[in-house]
Amino acid sequence: MTSRRRLLGGLLGTAATAGLGPLAREALAGLPGGTLESEVLEALPGKQPLLKRAYRPPNYESPLATFGDVITPNDRFFVRWHLMNIPEVAAADWRLALGADGNAQTIELTLEQLKRDFEPVELVAVCQCSGNRRGLSDPHVPGVEWGYGAMGNARWRGARLKDVLSRIGVPKDAVEVAFDGGDSAPLEATPDFRKSIPIWKALDESTLIAYEMNGAPLPHWNGFPARIVVPGWTATYWMKQVVSIRVLTKPLGGFWMSTAYRIPKGKFPQVDRFVSQEAEATTPITEMVVNSLITSPADGQRVDARSPLVIRGIAWDGGAGIRRVDVSTDEGRSWKAAELGIDLGRYSFRPWQYRHRGAPRGPLTILARATNAQGSTQVEELIFNGPGYHNNVPHRVTVHVA
Amino acid sequence: MSPERSVPSRFGGLVALAMLASNAVADESSLRLKPAADVELVRARCSSCHSIDYIQMNGGFLKRAGWDAEVRKMIKVMGAPVPDGEVERIIEYLATQYGVP
Repeated sequence: MTSRRRLLGGLLGTAATAGLGPLAREALAGLPGGTLESEVLEALPGKQPLLKRAYRPPNYESPLATFGDVITPNDRFFVRWHLMNIPEVAAADWRLALGADGNAQTIELTLEQLKRDFEPVELVAVCQCSGNRRGLSDPHVPGVEWGYGAMGNARWRGARLKDVLSRIGVPKDAVEVAFDGGDSAPLEATPDFRKSIPIWKALDESTLIAYEMNGAPLPHWNGFPARIVVPGWTATYWMKQVVSIRVLTKPLGGFWMSTAYRIPKGKFPQVDRFVSQEAEATTPITEMVVNSLITSPADGQRVDARSPLVIRGIAWDGGAGIRRVDVSTDEGRSWKAAELGIDLGRYSFRPWQYRHRGAPRGPLTILARATNAQGSTQVEELIFNGPGYHNNVPHRVTVHVA
Repeated sequence: MSPERSVPSRFGGLVALAMLASNAVADESSLRLKPAADVELVRARCSSCHSIDYIQMNGGFLKRAGWDAEVRKMIKVMGAPVPDGEVERIIEYLATQYGVP
Protein backbone atom coordinates (compact mmCIF):
# COMPACT_ATOMS: atom_id res chain seq x y z
CA MET A 1 0.00 0.00 0.00
CA THR A 2 2.77 2.39 0.91
CA SER A 3 4.37 2.04 -2.48
CA ARG A 4 1.09 2.71 -4.24
CA ARG A 5 0.53 5.85 -2.23
CA ARG A 6 4.02 7.01 -3.09
CA LEU A 7 3.33 6.38 -6.74
CA LEU A 8 0.07 8.26 -6.67
CA GLY A 9 1.65 11.13 -4.82
CA GLY A 10 4.28 11.32 -7.50
CA LEU A 11 1.89 11.17 -10.40
CA LEU A 12 -0.79 13.42 -9.12
CA GLY A 13 1.23 15.78 -7.01
CA THR A 14 -0.71 17.12 -4.06
CA ALA A 15 -4.11 16.11 -5.43
CA ALA A 16 -6.53 14.70 -2.94
CA THR A 17 -5.37 11.15 -3.41
CA ALA A 18 -7.80 9.80 -0.86
CA GLY A 19 -10.65 10.44 -3.27
CA LEU A 20 -8.74 9.59 -6.41
CA GLY A 21 -6.88 6.60 -5.06
CA PRO A 22 -9.06 3.68 -6.07
CA LEU A 23 -9.63 5.11 -9.56
CA ALA A 24 -6.07 6.22 -10.14
CA ARG A 25 -4.89 2.69 -9.45
CA GLU A 26 -6.89 1.40 -12.39
CA ALA A 27 -4.11 2.43 -14.76
CA LEU A 28 -1.89 -0.05 -12.99
CA ALA A 29 -4.51 -2.70 -12.42
CA GLY A 30 -3.19 -4.74 -15.32
CA LEU A 31 0.21 -5.29 -13.69
CA PRO A 32 0.89 -8.43 -11.64
CA GLY A 33 0.12 -8.14 -7.93
CA GLY A 34 3.73 -8.74 -7.00
CA THR A 35 4.82 -5.94 -9.32
CA LEU A 36 2.49 -3.44 -7.70
CA GLU A 37 3.58 -4.49 -4.23
CA SER A 38 7.28 -4.07 -5.00
CA GLU A 39 6.91 -0.85 -6.98
CA VAL A 40 8.40 2.32 -5.50
CA LEU A 41 9.37 5.71 -6.88
CA GLU A 42 13.12 6.01 -6.40
CA ALA A 43 15.86 8.19 -7.83
CA LEU A 44 19.08 6.72 -9.13
CA PRO A 45 22.04 9.14 -8.77
CA GLY A 46 21.53 11.93 -11.29
CA LYS A 47 17.96 10.89 -12.05
CA GLN A 48 14.54 12.07 -10.98
CA PRO A 49 12.40 9.50 -9.16
CA LEU A 50 11.33 6.74 -11.53
CA LEU A 51 9.24 3.64 -11.00
CA LYS A 52 11.61 0.99 -9.70
CA ARG A 53 11.00 -2.45 -11.15
CA ALA A 54 14.33 -3.90 -10.00
CA TYR A 55 17.37 -2.50 -8.19
CA ARG A 56 20.11 -4.74 -9.58
CA PRO A 57 20.58 -4.83 -12.51
CA PRO A 58 18.75 -1.50 -12.43
CA ASN A 59 15.42 -1.40 -14.23
CA TYR A 60 13.36 1.77 -13.76
CA GLU A 61 10.54 3.11 -15.89
CA SER A 62 9.26 6.63 -16.44
CA PRO A 63 5.95 7.51 -14.77
CA LEU A 64 3.18 8.07 -17.30
CA ALA A 65 3.11 11.81 -16.57
CA THR A 66 6.61 12.04 -18.10
CA PHE A 67 5.15 11.69 -21.57
CA GLY A 68 3.28 14.97 -21.47
CA ASP A 69 6.49 16.35 -22.98
CA VAL A 70 7.25 15.17 -26.52
CA ILE A 71 10.96 15.06 -25.64
CA THR A 72 11.76 12.96 -22.60
CA PRO A 73 14.23 14.74 -20.29
CA ASN A 74 17.47 12.85 -19.65
CA ASP A 75 16.88 12.70 -15.92
CA ARG A 76 13.46 11.13 -16.42
CA PHE A 77 14.48 8.69 -19.15
CA PHE A 78 13.92 5.01 -18.35
CA VAL A 79 16.80 2.74 -17.28
CA ARG A 80 17.22 -0.86 -18.35
CA TRP A 81 20.25 -3.13 -17.87
CA HIS A 82 20.67 -6.88 -18.24
CA LEU A 83 23.88 -7.39 -16.24
CA MET A 84 24.71 -5.93 -12.85
CA ASN A 85 28.30 -4.74 -13.27
CA ILE A 86 28.02 -1.35 -14.93
CA PRO A 87 31.35 0.47 -14.94
CA GLU A 88 31.63 4.18 -14.29
CA VAL A 89 33.32 5.25 -17.50
CA ALA A 90 35.60 8.29 -17.63
CA ALA A 91 35.32 9.99 -21.02
CA ALA A 92 39.11 10.26 -21.37
CA ASP A 93 39.62 6.54 -20.75
CA TRP A 94 36.90 5.25 -23.05
CA ARG A 95 37.95 3.49 -26.25
CA LEU A 96 35.80 2.11 -29.04
CA ALA A 97 37.35 -0.92 -30.75
CA LEU A 98 36.48 -1.41 -34.42
CA GLY A 99 37.02 -4.71 -36.16
CA ALA A 100 35.87 -6.69 -39.17
CA ASP A 101 35.96 -10.40 -39.99
CA GLY A 102 38.80 -11.20 -42.36
CA ASN A 103 40.71 -8.12 -41.26
CA ALA A 104 43.48 -8.64 -38.72
CA GLN A 105 43.56 -4.95 -37.91
CA THR A 106 41.71 -3.39 -34.98
CA ILE A 107 41.14 0.35 -34.81
CA GLU A 108 40.61 2.20 -31.57
CA LEU A 109 38.74 5.48 -31.41
CA THR A 110 38.68 7.92 -28.53
CA LEU A 111 35.58 9.95 -27.73
CA GLU A 112 37.34 13.03 -29.08
CA GLN A 113 38.04 11.28 -32.38
CA LEU A 114 34.46 10.08 -32.64
CA LYS A 115 33.26 13.65 -32.21
CA ARG A 116 35.91 15.31 -34.35
CA ASP A 117 36.58 12.91 -37.23
CA PHE A 118 33.03 12.18 -38.33
CA GLU A 119 30.21 14.45 -39.42
CA PRO A 120 27.82 14.96 -36.49
CA VAL A 121 24.22 14.02 -37.16
CA GLU A 122 21.17 14.89 -35.08
CA LEU A 123 17.82 13.17 -35.06
CA VAL A 124 14.91 12.64 -32.71
CA ALA A 125 14.06 9.01 -32.09
CA VAL A 126 12.03 6.88 -29.71
CA CYS A 127 14.01 4.41 -27.65
CA GLN A 128 11.56 1.77 -26.45
CA CYS A 129 12.38 -1.44 -24.63
CA SER A 130 11.15 -4.50 -26.54
CA GLY A 131 9.33 -5.53 -23.38
CA ASN A 132 7.55 -2.25 -22.72
CA ARG A 133 4.03 -3.07 -21.44
CA ARG A 134 5.04 -6.69 -20.74
CA GLY A 135 3.44 -6.36 -17.32
CA LEU A 136 0.08 -5.80 -19.02
CA SER A 137 0.24 -9.09 -20.91
CA ASP A 138 -2.82 -11.28 -20.38
CA PRO A 139 -2.00 -13.88 -19.26
CA HIS A 140 1.08 -12.54 -17.48
CA VAL A 141 4.50 -13.69 -18.64
CA PRO A 142 7.75 -13.68 -16.62
CA GLY A 143 10.35 -10.97 -17.05
CA VAL A 144 10.72 -7.33 -16.09
CA GLU A 145 7.10 -6.34 -15.59
CA TRP A 146 7.02 -2.99 -17.36
CA GLY A 147 3.99 -0.76 -17.48
CA TYR A 148 3.85 1.98 -20.11
CA GLY A 149 7.09 3.77 -19.31
CA ALA A 150 10.02 1.71 -20.61
CA MET A 151 10.47 4.19 -23.42
CA GLY A 152 11.58 7.73 -24.13
CA ASN A 153 12.05 10.15 -27.00
CA ALA A 154 15.30 12.09 -27.29
CA ARG A 155 17.30 14.20 -29.71
CA TRP A 156 20.40 12.11 -30.34
CA ARG A 157 23.62 13.52 -31.71
CA GLY A 158 26.45 11.36 -32.91
CA ALA A 159 28.39 9.91 -35.80
CA ARG A 160 26.77 7.79 -38.48
CA LEU A 161 27.67 4.16 -37.87
CA LYS A 162 28.30 3.77 -41.62
CA ASP A 163 30.88 6.57 -41.56
CA VAL A 164 32.71 4.94 -38.66
CA LEU A 165 32.54 1.52 -40.32
CA SER A 166 34.17 2.92 -43.44
CA ARG A 167 37.28 3.51 -41.29
CA ILE A 168 37.72 -0.25 -40.80
CA GLY A 169 36.18 -1.25 -44.13
CA VAL A 170 33.08 -3.36 -44.75
CA PRO A 171 33.86 -6.70 -46.42
CA LYS A 172 31.69 -7.61 -49.43
CA ASP A 173 30.30 -10.67 -47.66
CA ALA A 174 29.37 -8.82 -44.44
CA VAL A 175 26.02 -9.91 -42.99
CA GLU A 176 25.79 -8.21 -39.60
CA VAL A 177 27.43 -5.64 -37.36
CA ALA A 178 27.83 -6.68 -33.71
CA PHE A 179 28.01 -4.48 -30.62
CA ASP A 180 29.34 -5.10 -27.13
CA GLY A 181 28.96 -2.81 -24.14
CA GLY A 182 31.01 -2.25 -21.00
CA ASP A 183 28.60 -4.08 -18.71
CA SER A 184 29.27 -7.57 -17.41
CA ALA A 185 27.87 -10.26 -15.16
CA PRO A 186 29.55 -11.41 -11.94
CA LEU A 187 29.65 -14.98 -13.23
CA GLU A 188 31.86 -16.04 -16.13
CA ALA A 189 29.17 -18.48 -17.22
CA THR A 190 26.52 -15.79 -17.83
CA PRO A 191 26.20 -14.91 -21.52
CA ASP A 192 27.66 -11.48 -22.16
CA PHE A 193 25.11 -9.03 -23.54
CA ARG A 194 26.05 -8.67 -27.21
CA LYS A 195 23.74 -7.74 -30.05
CA SER A 196 23.94 -7.43 -33.81
CA ILE A 197 21.93 -5.78 -36.55
CA PRO A 198 21.82 -6.69 -40.24
CA ILE A 199 24.36 -4.95 -42.42
CA TRP A 200 21.66 -3.03 -44.31
CA LYS A 201 20.43 -1.46 -41.09
CA ALA A 202 23.98 -0.75 -39.93
CA LEU A 203 24.61 1.19 -43.14
CA ASP A 204 21.36 3.15 -42.84
CA GLU A 205 21.91 6.93 -42.77
CA SER A 206 20.01 7.17 -39.48
CA THR A 207 21.87 4.52 -37.48
CA LEU A 208 24.22 6.39 -35.13
CA ILE A 209 26.84 6.09 -32.46
CA ALA A 210 25.39 8.78 -30.21
CA TYR A 211 27.42 10.77 -27.69
CA GLU A 212 24.79 13.39 -26.90
CA MET A 213 21.22 13.12 -25.74
CA ASN A 214 19.06 16.24 -25.73
CA GLY A 215 22.11 18.48 -25.99
CA ALA A 216 23.99 16.91 -23.08
CA PRO A 217 26.30 13.95 -22.59
CA LEU A 218 24.37 10.71 -22.12
CA PRO A 219 23.56 9.97 -18.47
CA HIS A 220 25.61 7.12 -17.02
CA TRP A 221 22.43 5.06 -16.73
CA ASN A 222 21.61 5.58 -20.41
CA GLY A 223 25.00 4.54 -21.74
CA PHE A 224 27.61 7.26 -21.19
CA PRO A 225 29.75 8.04 -23.07
CA ALA A 226 28.30 6.54 -26.27
CA ARG A 227 25.52 4.24 -27.32
CA ILE A 228 24.18 2.84 -30.55
CA VAL A 229 20.99 4.45 -31.83
CA VAL A 230 18.90 2.32 -34.19
CA PRO A 231 15.91 4.54 -35.03
CA GLY A 232 12.67 2.65 -35.46
CA TRP A 233 13.96 -0.52 -33.85
CA THR A 234 13.40 -1.62 -30.28
CA ALA A 235 16.02 -0.66 -27.72
CA THR A 236 17.61 -4.10 -27.42
CA TYR A 237 19.88 -3.08 -30.31
CA TRP A 238 20.74 0.34 -28.86
CA MET A 239 23.88 -0.90 -27.11
CA LYS A 240 24.78 1.28 -24.13
CA GLN A 241 28.39 2.07 -23.17
CA VAL A 242 29.39 0.56 -26.49
CA VAL A 243 33.04 -0.52 -26.39
CA SER A 244 33.30 -2.76 -29.43
CA ILE A 245 31.83 -2.82 -32.93
CA ARG A 246 32.60 -5.63 -35.32
CA VAL A 247 31.53 -6.30 -38.89
CA LEU A 248 30.61 -9.99 -39.20
CA THR A 249 30.55 -12.30 -42.20
CA LYS A 250 28.65 -14.91 -40.15
CA PRO A 251 25.58 -14.38 -37.93
CA LEU A 252 26.20 -13.59 -34.26
CA GLY A 253 25.28 -16.45 -31.94
CA GLY A 254 24.60 -16.51 -28.23
CA PHE A 255 21.59 -16.40 -25.95
CA TRP A 256 20.72 -12.74 -26.53
CA MET A 257 20.38 -13.28 -30.29
CA SER A 258 19.35 -16.92 -30.70
CA THR A 259 16.90 -17.27 -27.81
CA ALA A 260 15.98 -13.86 -26.41
CA TYR A 261 14.35 -10.94 -28.18
CA ARG A 262 12.58 -13.07 -30.74
CA ILE A 263 8.96 -12.99 -31.87
CA PRO A 264 6.86 -15.73 -33.45
CA LYS A 265 6.98 -15.54 -37.23
CA GLY A 266 3.91 -14.31 -39.04
CA LYS A 267 2.00 -12.97 -36.06
CA PHE A 268 2.99 -9.32 -36.28
CA PRO A 269 2.92 -6.89 -39.21
CA GLN A 270 6.71 -6.78 -39.35
CA VAL A 271 8.31 -5.05 -42.32
CA ASP A 272 12.02 -4.99 -41.46
CA ARG A 273 13.51 -8.45 -41.85
CA PHE A 274 16.65 -9.75 -40.18
CA VAL A 275 17.21 -12.61 -42.57
CA SER A 276 20.52 -13.91 -41.21
CA GLN A 277 18.90 -14.51 -37.80
CA GLU A 278 15.59 -15.98 -38.93
CA ALA A 279 14.72 -19.44 -37.59
CA GLU A 280 11.89 -21.80 -38.44
CA ALA A 281 9.40 -20.51 -35.89
CA THR A 282 10.85 -17.23 -34.66
CA THR A 283 12.60 -14.14 -35.93
CA PRO A 284 14.36 -11.31 -34.09
CA ILE A 285 12.18 -8.42 -33.02
CA THR A 286 13.00 -5.46 -35.28
CA GLU A 287 10.94 -2.32 -35.70
CA MET A 288 8.41 -1.05 -33.17
CA VAL A 289 4.74 -1.61 -33.88
CA VAL A 290 2.53 1.46 -34.25
CA ASN A 291 1.37 2.58 -30.84
CA SER A 292 -0.03 5.49 -28.83
CA LEU A 293 -0.50 6.68 -25.29
CA ILE A 294 -3.00 9.03 -23.64
CA THR A 295 -1.00 11.44 -21.49
CA SER A 296 -3.85 13.65 -20.31
CA PRO A 297 -6.23 13.36 -18.60
CA ALA A 298 -4.87 10.77 -16.21
CA ASP A 299 -6.77 7.62 -15.44
CA GLY A 300 -9.10 8.27 -12.53
CA GLN A 301 -8.98 12.04 -12.87
CA ARG A 302 -12.08 14.15 -12.22
CA VAL A 303 -12.85 16.51 -15.07
CA ASP A 304 -15.18 19.48 -15.28
CA ALA A 305 -18.42 18.80 -17.18
CA ARG A 306 -18.80 22.50 -18.04
CA SER A 307 -15.69 22.81 -20.23
CA PRO A 308 -14.51 20.80 -23.22
CA LEU A 309 -12.23 17.94 -22.29
CA VAL A 310 -8.85 18.23 -24.01
CA ILE A 311 -7.43 14.77 -24.53
CA ARG A 312 -3.69 14.70 -25.27
CA GLY A 313 -1.24 12.01 -26.12
CA ILE A 314 1.63 10.75 -28.23
CA ALA A 315 1.92 8.25 -31.06
CA TRP A 316 4.90 6.52 -32.64
CA ASP A 317 5.87 3.61 -34.86
CA GLY A 318 8.89 1.94 -36.43
CA GLY A 319 9.79 4.82 -38.69
CA ALA A 320 7.09 4.96 -41.35
CA GLY A 321 5.66 7.96 -39.50
CA ILE A 322 2.28 8.59 -37.90
CA ARG A 323 -0.51 9.37 -40.37
CA ARG A 324 -3.44 9.72 -37.99
CA VAL A 325 -4.63 9.21 -34.46
CA ASP A 326 -8.26 8.53 -33.62
CA VAL A 327 -10.00 8.79 -30.28
CA SER A 328 -13.04 6.87 -29.10
CA THR A 329 -15.24 7.68 -26.14
CA ASP A 330 -17.71 4.85 -26.74
CA GLU A 331 -15.58 1.73 -26.24
CA GLY A 332 -14.36 1.71 -29.83
CA ARG A 333 -17.73 1.79 -31.60
CA SER A 334 -16.88 5.11 -33.23
CA TRP A 335 -13.64 7.01 -33.70
CA LYS A 336 -12.90 10.71 -34.21
CA ALA A 337 -9.72 12.09 -35.74
CA ALA A 338 -7.35 13.83 -33.35
CA GLU A 339 -5.27 16.81 -34.40
CA LEU A 340 -1.60 15.93 -34.90
CA GLY A 341 1.00 18.20 -33.30
CA ILE A 342 4.60 19.08 -34.04
CA ASP A 343 6.44 16.71 -36.40
CA LEU A 344 9.99 16.12 -35.13
CA GLY A 345 10.66 13.45 -37.72
CA ARG A 346 9.38 10.02 -38.53
CA TYR A 347 11.22 8.33 -35.64
CA SER A 348 9.89 10.70 -32.97
CA PHE A 349 6.87 10.69 -30.71
CA ARG A 350 4.13 12.63 -32.50
CA PRO A 351 1.95 14.60 -30.09
CA TRP A 352 -1.80 14.78 -30.72
CA GLN A 353 -4.87 16.24 -29.09
CA TYR A 354 -8.61 15.97 -29.34
CA ARG A 355 -11.29 18.21 -27.81
CA HIS A 356 -14.24 16.26 -26.54
CA ARG A 357 -17.43 18.21 -25.86
CA GLY A 358 -20.67 17.39 -24.16
CA ALA A 359 -19.65 14.40 -22.12
CA PRO A 360 -22.46 13.51 -19.69
CA ARG A 361 -21.67 13.41 -16.00
CA GLY A 362 -20.29 10.10 -14.83
CA PRO A 363 -17.50 7.81 -15.93
CA LEU A 364 -16.05 8.33 -19.40
CA THR A 365 -13.66 5.86 -20.99
CA ILE A 366 -11.23 7.16 -23.60
CA LEU A 367 -9.33 5.03 -26.13
CA ALA A 368 -6.69 6.17 -28.61
CA ARG A 369 -5.57 4.41 -31.78
CA ALA A 370 -2.74 5.46 -34.08
CA THR A 371 -2.25 4.58 -37.75
CA ASN A 372 1.08 4.90 -39.52
CA ALA A 373 1.96 5.91 -43.07
CA GLN A 374 1.82 2.28 -44.19
CA GLY A 375 -1.75 1.94 -42.92
CA SER A 376 -0.71 -0.24 -40.02
CA THR A 377 -2.78 0.36 -36.91
CA GLN A 378 -3.12 -0.84 -33.34
CA VAL A 379 -4.65 -4.21 -32.57
CA GLU A 380 -8.04 -4.61 -30.91
CA GLU A 381 -6.85 -7.60 -28.96
CA LEU A 382 -3.40 -8.46 -27.68
CA ILE A 383 -1.30 -10.66 -29.94
CA PHE A 384 -0.11 -12.89 -27.13
CA ASN A 385 3.51 -14.06 -27.24
CA GLY A 386 5.67 -15.66 -24.56
CA PRO A 387 8.16 -12.82 -24.08
CA GLY A 388 5.38 -10.19 -23.96
CA TYR A 389 6.62 -8.04 -26.84
CA HIS A 390 4.81 -5.63 -29.16
CA ASN A 391 1.82 -4.86 -26.95
CA ASN A 392 -0.07 -2.16 -28.85
CA VAL A 393 -3.55 -2.68 -27.47
CA PRO A 394 -5.11 0.81 -27.32
CA HIS A 395 -4.38 2.63 -24.08
CA ARG A 396 -7.50 3.09 -22.01
CA VAL A 397 -8.19 5.91 -19.60
CA THR A 398 -11.33 6.36 -17.51
CA VAL A 399 -12.15 9.76 -16.10
CA HIS A 400 -15.05 11.02 -14.02
CA VAL A 401 -16.99 13.88 -15.50
CA ALA A 402 -18.45 15.99 -12.71
CA MET B 1 25.53 13.73 -16.26
CA SER B 2 25.27 12.43 -12.75
CA PRO B 3 25.93 15.08 -10.12
CA GLU B 4 28.79 13.08 -8.61
CA ARG B 5 30.73 13.58 -11.84
CA SER B 6 31.06 17.26 -11.10
CA VAL B 7 33.35 16.69 -8.13
CA PRO B 8 37.08 16.98 -8.84
CA SER B 9 38.23 14.10 -11.00
CA ARG B 10 40.78 12.75 -8.55
CA PHE B 11 37.93 12.01 -6.17
CA GLY B 12 35.20 11.44 -8.74
CA GLY B 13 35.55 7.71 -9.14
CA LEU B 14 35.63 7.03 -5.44
CA VAL B 15 32.72 9.28 -4.60
CA ALA B 16 30.65 7.83 -7.43
CA LEU B 17 31.38 4.29 -6.36
CA ALA B 18 30.57 5.05 -2.76
CA MET B 19 27.27 6.65 -3.72
CA LEU B 20 26.32 3.79 -5.98
CA ALA B 21 27.30 1.22 -3.44
CA SER B 22 25.46 2.81 -0.56
CA ASN B 23 22.46 3.42 -2.75
CA ALA B 24 22.31 -0.18 -3.88
CA VAL B 25 22.93 -1.62 -0.42
CA ALA B 26 20.43 0.65 1.31
CA ASP B 27 17.75 -0.05 -1.25
CA GLU B 28 18.22 -3.77 -1.40
CA SER B 29 18.49 -4.26 2.33
CA SER B 30 14.89 -3.12 2.61
CA LEU B 31 13.70 -6.01 0.44
CA ARG B 32 12.14 -8.90 2.30
CA LEU B 33 11.18 -12.24 0.88
CA LYS B 34 8.23 -14.02 2.46
CA PRO B 35 9.38 -16.01 5.49
CA ALA B 36 9.17 -19.75 4.87
CA ALA B 37 11.45 -22.76 4.79
CA ASP B 38 14.52 -22.17 2.59
CA VAL B 39 14.02 -18.43 2.28
CA GLU B 40 17.68 -17.88 3.17
CA LEU B 41 18.77 -20.43 0.60
CA VAL B 42 16.76 -18.64 -2.09
CA ARG B 43 18.14 -15.26 -1.07
CA ALA B 44 21.71 -16.56 -1.10
CA ARG B 45 21.54 -18.34 -4.46
CA CYS B 46 19.50 -15.76 -6.38
CA SER B 47 20.97 -12.51 -5.11
CA SER B 48 24.53 -13.00 -6.30
CA CYS B 49 23.47 -11.79 -9.75
CA HIS B 50 20.25 -9.85 -9.16
CA SER B 51 18.23 -8.20 -6.44
CA ILE B 52 15.40 -10.27 -5.05
CA ASP B 53 12.75 -7.84 -6.24
CA TYR B 54 12.97 -9.82 -9.50
CA ILE B 55 11.20 -12.55 -7.54
CA GLN B 56 8.68 -10.19 -5.96
CA MET B 57 7.94 -8.47 -9.28
CA ASN B 58 7.06 -11.83 -10.82
CA GLY B 59 4.94 -12.86 -7.86
CA GLY B 60 1.34 -13.94 -8.09
CA PHE B 61 0.89 -15.43 -11.53
CA LEU B 62 3.39 -18.22 -12.25
CA LYS B 63 2.39 -21.82 -11.64
CA ARG B 64 4.92 -24.30 -10.33
CA ALA B 65 5.95 -25.18 -13.89
CA GLY B 66 6.63 -21.50 -14.53
CA TRP B 67 8.92 -21.14 -11.50
CA ASP B 68 10.55 -24.45 -12.38
CA ALA B 69 11.37 -23.11 -15.84
CA GLU B 70 12.73 -19.83 -14.43
CA VAL B 71 15.03 -21.57 -11.95
CA ARG B 72 16.33 -23.99 -14.59
CA LYS B 73 16.89 -21.10 -17.00
CA MET B 74 18.97 -19.32 -14.38
CA ILE B 75 21.09 -22.45 -13.94
CA LYS B 76 21.39 -23.66 -17.53
CA VAL B 77 21.42 -20.38 -19.42
CA MET B 78 22.70 -17.81 -16.93
CA GLY B 79 25.12 -20.18 -15.24
CA ALA B 80 23.86 -19.89 -11.67
CA PRO B 81 25.94 -22.34 -9.58
CA VAL B 82 23.19 -24.20 -7.73
CA PRO B 83 23.97 -27.70 -6.40
CA ASP B 84 21.56 -30.38 -7.64
CA GLY B 85 20.18 -30.99 -4.16
CA GLU B 86 19.04 -27.39 -3.81
CA VAL B 87 17.17 -26.97 -7.08
CA GLU B 88 13.91 -28.55 -5.96
CA ARG B 89 14.02 -26.70 -2.63
CA ILE B 90 14.32 -23.36 -4.42
CA ILE B 91 11.48 -24.21 -6.80
CA GLU B 92 9.35 -25.35 -3.87
CA TYR B 93 9.86 -22.06 -2.04
CA LEU B 94 9.10 -19.93 -5.11
CA ALA B 95 6.08 -21.99 -6.16
CA THR B 96 4.51 -21.93 -2.72
CA GLN B 97 5.39 -18.34 -1.74
CA TYR B 98 5.28 -16.49 -5.09
CA GLY B 99 3.30 -18.82 -7.32
CA VAL B 100 -0.30 -19.74 -7.97
CA PRO B 101 -1.88 -23.21 -7.90
